[in-house]
Amino acid sequence: MHEMSLCEDVVQLIEDQATTQRFTRVSTVWLEIGALAGVEIQAMHFSFTAVARGTVADSAKLEIIDIAGIANCPACNQCIPVLARFDVCSECGHYPLDIIAGEEMRIKELEVQ
Amino acid sequence: MCTTCGCGEGETTIDGHSHDHSHMHHHHAGHGHGAIAATHAPGMSKSRILRIEQDILSKNNEYAAANRNHFNRHGMLVLNLVSSPGSGKTTLLTNTLSQLKNELPMAVIEGDQQTILDAERIRATGVKAIQINTGKGCHLDAHMVGHALEGLSPEEQSVLFIENVGNLVCPAAFDLGEAHKVVILSVTEGEDKPLKYPDMFHAADLMILNKIDLLPHLNFDVDACLDYARRVNPGIKILQLSATSGEGMENWFAWIRAAHELSLIGSRPTEKV
Repeated sequence: MHEMSLCEDVVQLIEDQATTQRFTRVSTVWLEIGALAGVEIQAMHFSFTAVARGTVADSAKLEIIDIAGIANCPACNQCIPVLARFDVCSECGHYPLDIIAGEEMRIKELEVQ
Repeated sequence: MCTTCGCGEGETTIDGHSHDHSHMHHHHAGHGHGAIAATHAPGMSKSRILRIEQDILSKNNEYAAANRNHFNRHGMLVLNLVSSPGSGKTTLLTNTLSQLKNELPMAVIEGDQQTILDAERIRATGVKAIQINTGKGCHLDAHMVGHALEGLSPEEQSVLFIENVGNLVCPAAFDLGEAHKVVILSVTEGEDKPLKYPDMFHAADLMILNKIDLLPHLNFDVDACLDYARRVNPGIKILQLSATSGEGMENWFAWIRAAHELSLIGSRPTEKV
């Protein structure tokens, strides 16, 4: 359940932004979460609701943008979709692959008032 | 949530005390203090979209960078020990401390959800230790470690072991500022754990396969296990040992000595770098 800590970090970063960007309420939070980031999306929704209570993000809608896992194969130089860190190249069977997308955990945008 | 440095760790205690910022706030470099001035800005009430593009772990990473900077300046070798519960982490640690305490300055940060039992086991070896209880938290983060350092005051050029909460999932994502993550797996667990928990085995530089004295009584496939670990992390170093019988421990000590020697380079005051 590190989703709870991740949500605490999200809310903390939003509160910092509230000071510098001068807003008092957040209505929507867009997060980018990669398929290889080890994050349970359901747990994120549950945790966010709990952690945001009483903050500028209280009752804000959490929107998760899924980022698919993509790797580059150093052997055949193809970019291929991957579902796990230890996947082998679907073109030539080589591993390890260089992960180039899917590890993201980012706050992308906020809708604020 | 604390408004001094924004830490939201209501249940975390360090040696049984919740950390009180009026007494022991450690000023980490480069983090914005997040108390919100709930002022109403006229003309700002309409909705607008702000582009943030900020890593969720950026705060933890700032704390980790501050810790790492501190460790480097003091020539410390810091090892973050991670494993599932019951892998023999604490036994490995206490036997290591007993063997090396006359040779190297050492200290321990113990992370557990509850109880100070492990810190007491460590202190029984004569090495100083501080306990962080995370409450419901499933991992240590860099901010907790920064606070624990204030209470522990490890010696210059020492080896600091951070025994993380027993959990092969959550601690993988949280950099504490350590030089190396060391993952401990015991042969009483499944040999496919590196594939089941790839993030942790990917994040570790060293894997210790513990309790090898029990292999004759088990159906644990060592070769398959090592193959799985290398599939997830081709660069991982692997040591096989038994903390209880002592078999293989000399390799682990040799690894610690070599890593410690590396961490000293450039940290000695007379040295020009």
